[in-house]
Amino acid sequence: MIVFLIYAAIFIASFFVVKLIVKTATNDYASLKTVTFGDESAVRPNRIASILSVLTIFLLWAAFTGSTLVPSFLHAPGPFIGTAKFDYTAELSTGERDDATVSIVVTRAGDDPVLPEVDPGDGFAKNDVDEIGAWRSGLVRVDRNDEVPEGVEHRVVAVDGQPLEPGGSVHTEYGRIGMSPKGTLNFEPAKGWQMEPIWLPAPEAVVARMAEIARDGYRDSTLWEHLGYSLFRVIVGFLCGAALGIPLGYAMGLSDWFRGWFDPIVEFMRPVPPLALIPLVIIWAGIGETGKIILLFLAALWIMAIAARAGVSGVNISKVHAAYSLGASKWQIMRHVIVPNSLPEIFTGARVAMGVCWGTVVAAELVAAEKGAGMMIMVASKFQLTDIVIMGIILIGVIGFGIDVLMRWAERILVPWKGRS
Amino acid sequence: MSGLTIENLSMRFDLPNGTSVQALKDVSLDLKSGELMSVLGPSGCGKTTLLNIVAGFLAPTSGKIELNGHRVTGPDRERGMVFQQGALFEWMNVRENVSFGPRMAGRRERDWGSNVDHLLDVVGLRDFKEKAVYELSGGMQQRVALARCLANDPDVILMDEPLGALDALTREKMQSLVLKLWKETGKTIVLITHSVEEALLLGERLLVMAPRPGRIHKEYRLPFADLGVDSDLREVKKHPEFGQRREEILSMIWDMEEEIMGRSEDAA
Repeated sequence: MIVFLIYAAIFIASFFVVKLIVKTATNDYASLKTVTFGDESAVRPNRIASILSVLTIFLLWAAFTGSTLVPSFLHAPGPFIGTAKFDYTAELSTGERDDATVSIVVTRAGDDPVLPEVDPGDGFAKNDVDEIGAWRSGLVRVDRNDEVPEGVEHRVVAVDGQPLEPGGSVHTEYGRIGMSPKGTLNFEPAKGWQMEPIWLPAPEAVVARMAEIARDGYRDSTLWEHLGYSLFRVIVGFLCGAALGIPLGYAMGLSDWFRGWFDPIVEFMRPVPPLALIPLVIIWAGIGETGKIILLFLAALWIMAIAARAGVSGVNISKVHAAYSLGASKWQIMRHVIVPNSLPEIFTGARVAMGVCWGTVVAAELVAAEKGAGMMIMVASKFQLTDIVIMGIILIGVIGFGIDVLMRWAERILVPWKGRS
Repeated sequence: MSGLTIENLSMRFDLPNGTSVQALKDVSLDLKSGELMSVLGPSGCGKTTLLNIVAGFLAPTSGKIELNGHRVTGPDRERGMVFQQGALFEWMNVRENVSFGPRMAGRRERDWGSNVDHLLDVVGLRDFKEKAVYELSGGMQQRVALARCLANDPDVILMDEPLGALDALTREKMQSLVLKLWKETGKTIVLITHSVEEALLLGERLLVMAPRPGRIHKEYRLPFADLGVDSDLREVKKHPEFGQRREEILSMIWDMEEEIMGRSEDAA
């Protein structure tokens, strides 16, 4: 909640700061428009905002994980680290009371606590020493070393002078001291606002893990093998789907028999999410490459068939008529009119299909696989290796984005007439 | 015999709702080689249907069409077509579009190259040969379409409102160009239009069609196309007979429109 408030505050503050500092010096047509609200063409993304947006996300991530990448004054308050001290007052059933001090060394996970030597002190209640990890909580058996005569009840009645009942708690600067219903003290050091690394590791930890996995691999395969296998499955599955789907779509666009025969199949299969086919594909083809490729083939097939069919149906009849009047044969019309005319639709379909395939392959690998980006993050999540999970998500996102950029680039080069007829 | 003969052409087809439409009824027409005929009529008079039958895209229910003595049964290179818009191939540049017909016939570039370049000169697109067609203005695109049709050297050129989507000024220039090409090439041209002025300017013969059923209502022989070949079209429009014919045909079409309105009101 606090994170969102800070995010909103940065969003608003940077808006005003940037508006104040940056004077747009451009004098092009769009900047002279007086009506920009409601005119979508006049709304161009503010690139400063895009950069700030990415920086903000990393800043928040770094600040709330205590990252060393940002100066420490930007860090959100971290968990209490050090030696926590509190006094407790014990009472015996004889009515006798005594105070003692508890010292608890709070350390980050992985650090060895160094317990100080403590003088036991006077009275029947003796001073205690204990250790606990940050973000954890633990019982503090203060009565362990107290000198309690046989047959006499011992109970803690106050902490730092504040009375404490079973079930209640006392807050100190070091954290919360609670009392269980049975009267045992437990201590929960102050957590601060930072995220624990097992929930959200710092950016540099993710980068370090990425370097480590890129070097040593994970689960008997290098990082590039994992990503390469996922990409390989997507490309082979997509190519198979396109190799069958495009001719099928053309046939459906050109022949009433094909259209009638395959319409029910295509219309039924199109709305079935490829993820729903995973169990069946695993039953039939196992979890190896064949199964994955069949699944991706099925994911791409219907999209490509529908795109090719739409490409054929979308041909302006005047073009076909013109070609016939110019003496073209059926085959020439197919080659020179229908196929080029359908390419923009096919490219749109290919972009969608590649996106769906990429999503499907990751999901299929989450379910069962020996290699692959999805398998990597699934296995890592079982061991609570959050840094690998986050690294995997980032890599999957980057690759998915890269695929889309490549497809758009290919589209610009290969079908420059798209949307221009 | 040479020329286009249309004999007792009728076209009737069923609609999904069970009624049937008589799009054309007993249309007969003789067009000599080299004649320029414009076809005018209110919407629904079957003029586009007639053109599509002549082009061979539709089969008539009865009657026949003959070109130079042989019967028309389907589309062919002897009957070229110019559409209103959208019939150019965006994936080819201007020169590839214009040379489409010869290339599809399997002819080599040395056979068609000079003719195509000459046609591009005639329509004023010499400097745009390598341009993509979607980079051209509407008027230029129609000039490409004209050149593409001529490059195939058809006997008859069928034009379906070829200038309908152009602005007034471009349209006037294109009208002069059509007349010029007609005179230079001596092609038989059938031109469908919505504009009475255009029909008068570009029609050596002018056919007025009437709707429901589509039929020939009246035919004119006009001097304006010949006049327009050599002089400014605006001068032609000042010709006293031009204004008189325009008013006559306009009121004729108005009467037909009113009749249609009246009939549909009766039906309601």
